[in-house]
Amino acid sequence: MPIVKITTPEGDMRAIDAPVGTPVMKAAVSAMVPGIIGECGGDLSCATCHVYVDPAWIDKLPARTADEEDMLEATSEEPTDCSRLSCQIIMTKDLDGLAVTAPATQR
Amino acid sequence: MTAADPLDVSVVVIGGGQAGGEVAASLRLAGHRGAITIVSDEDSYPYTRPPLSKGYLLGQTERSELLLRDEQMYRSHAIEVRTGRHATSIDRRARRVGLDDGTDLGYDALVLATGGRPRHLPHPELDGAVNLHYLRTLEDVDRLRDGFTVGAHILIIGGGYIGLEVASVARRRGLEVTLLEANPRILSRVAAEPTSEFFTRIHREEGVDLRVDTRVAEYVLDATNRIVEVVLTDGHRLAVDLVLAGIGLIPNVELAETAGLAVENGILVDTGLRTSDPHVFAIGDVARFPAADGSGMRRLESMPNAAEQARVVADNILGNPRPYDAEPWFWSDQYDVKLQVTGLSTFFDETVVRGDPASGRSLSVFYL
Repeated sequence: MPIVKITTPEGDMRAIDAPVGTPVMKAAVSAMVPGIIGECGGDLSCATCHVYVDPAWIDKLPARTADEEDMLEATSEEPTDCSRLSCQIIMTKDLDGLAVTAPATQR
Repeated sequence: MTAADPLDVSVVVIGGGQAGGEVAASLRLAGHRGAITIVSDEDSYPYTRPPLSKGYLLGQTERSELLLRDEQMYRSHAIEVRTGRHATSIDRRARRVGLDDGTDLGYDALVLATGGRPRHLPHPELDGAVNLHYLRTLEDVDRLRDGFTVGAHILIIGGGYIGLEVASVARRRGLEVTLLEANPRILSRVAAEPTSEFFTRIHREEGVDLRVDTRVAEYVLDATNRIVEVVLTDGHRLAVDLVLAGIGLIPNVELAETAGLAVENGILVDTGLRTSDPHVFAIGDVARFPAADGSGMRRLESMPNAAEQARVVADNILGNPRPYDAEPWFWSDQYDVKLQVTGLSTFFDETVVRGDPASGRSLSVFYL
């Protein structure tokens, strides 16, 4: 099963299982990783699953949709070019090892 | 038994919705080691309700996707979940909760996350009507979905979030939709006039027969206890295949009330979400708490409210006191339109509108 490496706001790195087809947010919430909330459940309505994707991985992800762009304006921590909502990153085999960092705050 | 270290206290959570599930996870995330038991009268592990009237009803979201966490996570974090069980009594002196299977559970901290149940139509003759639906649980939606056949006519009573979201899904699934709102405008409890006007137009453009200031005067049932026709207050008669009522929520306060806790349209709590008993907390749809802005007691039926209260109560149980003071927010999806509401539209002097409620699919309304 692919894994995702998530660096928590405390600086710990957690490697979690993320089944193919599962959003990274869902995998992180299910594994109780601190720093990713996913309050709306993946409905693109809350911006509380914001992550900074490791620059080495950012080009491997499908581009943001307009709805995701809109919601990234509502994150509590300043977004960067590497910002994504993790509910929109759907795991594939090619994303095995994906590295992201949770921001200091989500709301 | 009271543990010396707050990280070792025994916690019992009554209710396995968003609030109940989230409080258990928040406790473990914060390093809590004591026993945690969730008692849920539903058959499912804790799941998230907002998609029920959206993606799940539409058939786009799977049942497994609604679960907050899978069963394996509860096991690995030593969180016991008792599904299909109902708490029947609280012995506050002995700090024990009695369940309907005759067992009981001891606690140092008890969290009441009992939620609410749909308000029923005030027509006793409708009890047991086979095609009358309310929407709160997975089971409710599974039943409703069975009636979602192309061309069927659904009558929706109530122009709040539930009614409007179901209308939107029903149109996308090819049903004929009539929606009745008893008030002069839809969303009157949660939004200002421009927002109501905007969504009224969207629904009519999408083919909903939306009627305000209208109620059902009479329900006509056949011999099999099916509602087959309704007579409206304006005299119109409509043949119907199914009826959904989304007319509000009744907070489940009975357990708290019987235990002698302070109750008034919800379980009364302080800013730390404690009830009148310091060992008992209440969170989510059932909790009535002092608003952070000083405007009085408030009870909110929303998922962000439930989730954030769960996190606050976990901190309070663990001896890191903090008040619940989050800004209320709500969202809804209808067709291709996303509604997002921050704050409450109860007190305002005027509204500023960006966009035109009478055209297009985008609108911002500010309450000043």
